[in-house]
Amino acid sequence: MTLADLKRGQQGIIKDVSSNLIPLKLLEMGCLPGNSVELVQVAPFADPMYLNINGSHLAIRKETAIHILIETIDE
Amino acid sequence: MSKQINVALIGNPNTGKTSVFNALTGLNQKVGNYPGITVEKKEGICKLPRGLKAHIIDLPGTYSLNASSLDENVVIELLLNKNDKDFPDVAVVVSDVENLKRNLLLFTQIKDLEIPTILVINMSDRMAYKGISLDIEYLEQQLETKIALISTRKNNGINELKELITNYKELSTTPCLNASTIDEAYFDNLRKAFPNQLLYKLWLVITQDVNFGKTDRKTIDAVSDFKTKSERDLKRLQQKETIKRYQFINDTLKKGQTIDLKTAKDLRIKLDRILTHKVWGYLIFGVILLTIFQAIYDWSSVPMDFIDSTFASLSEWTKSVMPEGAFTSLLAEGIIPGLGGIVIFIPQIAFLFLFISILEESGYMSRVVFLMDRIMRRFGLSGKSVVPLISGTACAIPAIMATRNIESWKERLITILVTPFTTCSARLPVYLIIIALVIPEGRFYGLSYQALTLMLLYLIGFGAAVGSAWILNKILKIKSKTFFVVEMPNYKLPMFKNVAITVLEKTKSFVFGAGKIILAISIVLWFLASYGPGENFNNAEAIVTEQYATENLSEDELNQKIESHKLEHSFIGIAGHAIEPAIRPLGYDWKIGIAIVSSFAAREVFVGTLATIYSVGSDEEETIKNRMAGEVNPILGGPLFNFASGISLLLFYAFAMQCMSTLAIVKRETNSWKWPMYQLVIMSGFAYIVALIAFQVLK
Repeated sequence: MTLADLKRGQQGIIKDVSSNLIPLKLLEMGCLPGNSVELVQVAPFADPMYLNINGSHLAIRKETAIHILIETIDE
Repeated sequence: MSKQINVALIGNPNTGKTSVFNALTGLNQKVGNYPGITVEKKEGICKLPRGLKAHIIDLPGTYSLNASSLDENVVIELLLNKNDKDFPDVAVVVSDVENLKRNLLLFTQIKDLEIPTILVINMSDRMAYKGISLDIEYLEQQLETKIALISTRKNNGINELKELITNYKELSTTPCLNASTIDEAYFDNLRKAFPNQLLYKLWLVITQDVNFGKTDRKTIDAVSDFKTKSERDLKRLQQKETIKRYQFINDTLKKGQTIDLKTAKDLRIKLDRILTHKVWGYLIFGVILLTIFQAIYDWSSVPMDFIDSTFASLSEWTKSVMPEGAFTSLLAEGIIPGLGGIVIFIPQIAFLFLFISILEESGYMSRVVFLMDRIMRRFGLSGKSVVPLISGTACAIPAIMATRNIESWKERLITILVTPFTTCSARLPVYLIIIALVIPEGRFYGLSYQALTLMLLYLIGFGAAVGSAWILNKILKIKSKTFFVVEMPNYKLPMFKNVAITVLEKTKSFVFGAGKIILAISIVLWFLASYGPGENFNNAEAIVTEQYATENLSEDELNQKIESHKLEHSFIGIAGHAIEPAIRPLGYDWKIGIAIVSSFAAREVFVGTLATIYSVGSDEEETIKNRMAGEVNPILGGPLFNFASGISLLLFYAFAMQCMSTLAIVKRETNSWKWPMYQLVIMSGFAYIVALIAFQVLK
């Protein structure tokens, strides 16, 4: 599944990022394989998404989120 | 003799870098521009122990040395160029204790440049609250640096930081990790080809395509025995480099930092649940905007009335105490009303910047970006366009510069083109005086009609901006990748010192920047209104006396007739009459025409111009507003400023592109005269048509 499928409050681990489709800036902010990610809040129509990646709080659009593969952690 | 050293403050956005700058320099700072570009350059002087002085530069905030904007370019260009007069003797990297992991990425890159570096960990007052403890000694050892644990909010640790800067010679210049292991063969090759250069510098030059000294990417590529890589491979390597750095940082923090989640509290989650909520979020944003407009209108009216009447009496007093003559007249009718036209804006501009800087400082502005992105995208804009559109209510110039962090060129260009529609503070005095003249007093559910009209004008401005963005999005054929990454910083109580310095700085730059233009134009206008060619002007007294010889006028009335005859035949009167046919259908007379023409230099000139024109030839001590209210429409009769002409004027100012400085900035930011010229012609043409329709319908 991708980051775009995550539900509000759900957590996951980043598995892979398509580096040529993702801005370097996002990687620098911690969006790297192995890091944890949590969907904190979504705007109307689930876009953009407010995330907590590895302790960094940031918002990205759904169109970027679909290029980030994740695995959910079940609590 | 005291020695001066260069200190560069570097750090991620939202780490309190500017607070550190303010704490070090106090009011001993100035804001300018980097030569040739419009990136703001903040520098200041700080006194250090043992007679040393530091020249401190607050560099633009950046997440890494991989620059993706003009602002970030400034940072690497300075750090790569040893010959720059501002090249730092010591780099101070500012980080936020809550985001240490991310903030350290930039730190490790700067260490690779082998510049003496101090790590500032700011917001230490939050540590107990967040359950964070640090092993400073271990961190200093691993990161090959000295650490200053400070809190700008509690004013802790600033002296220790100054002490560290003073002893900058003792700082290590050893990198804290070896990034070249990501591709040993490639970097070995690079090292062999350029044995005298710093490896990481070369890597930055290759990946960033920037110049430093005489080396750029082409000269590196040109070395025959060096194998270059494709863009794609370079990007993959950059990713590897980032992962490598994070591995090092994670390992370091695993031992050097402990976070006790049990004691950690998080206000952010609670606040975000409401402030970014699908319904409440928008409602709260609306209420905040409404409050701002009500405040600008209601709260600033008292100081403004005071300023208006003070300048009117000052002008009168000058006339009464100084001998009659051209100089007195220039002072009393040109310079003093002109100055009054500048000073009168101060209360509102201060209020506006007060609110904007509070919204920015508190972290709320990012939530607005988040809330608005989807909606703005429908119009070809980005959530980030909200910040320029809101700062556009202060001034379009910084607003257009604030578009730089919009990643997509198309979204950015559209934002630049439509931002001048938002109601900037220069339109405010025009609106205020006309609203006061033509909109009745009275209240509607506690909000005054006049405040509501103002709010409506702001909405019209936003509407025009958004509407034209929608059209531009359909017309412009630009393919560009759209990226959108916004940091959502933690909520913070705005620091009084930072807000106060911003308000002071912005107000000052308005008064001295725009003020110069206004004053100059006031003096030119006074001259044009006080002199004229030919019989009609120079013999006005004889002509008028003869004309009214049979009517038995009092001396006062006669004098007034003479003065207005003179004004009508002065240089300015002649010019005004020449353009009158074009503006008559909009409900304006030639005096307003003059004000509009001079407004093309800058809108705020409008009130000052009318003040100058009306004070030439008036003896009474009167405020600008009263003089305007007394003007009579020479053809239709009745007050010149009535509902129809007032609305027409308001709409004209809402839409017309009347600011030379904005055009100059647009040219600079888009690198072409094409876009500003489109703005000038299309916006002003549209303004004329709307004003024409409004007057013809309402009259």
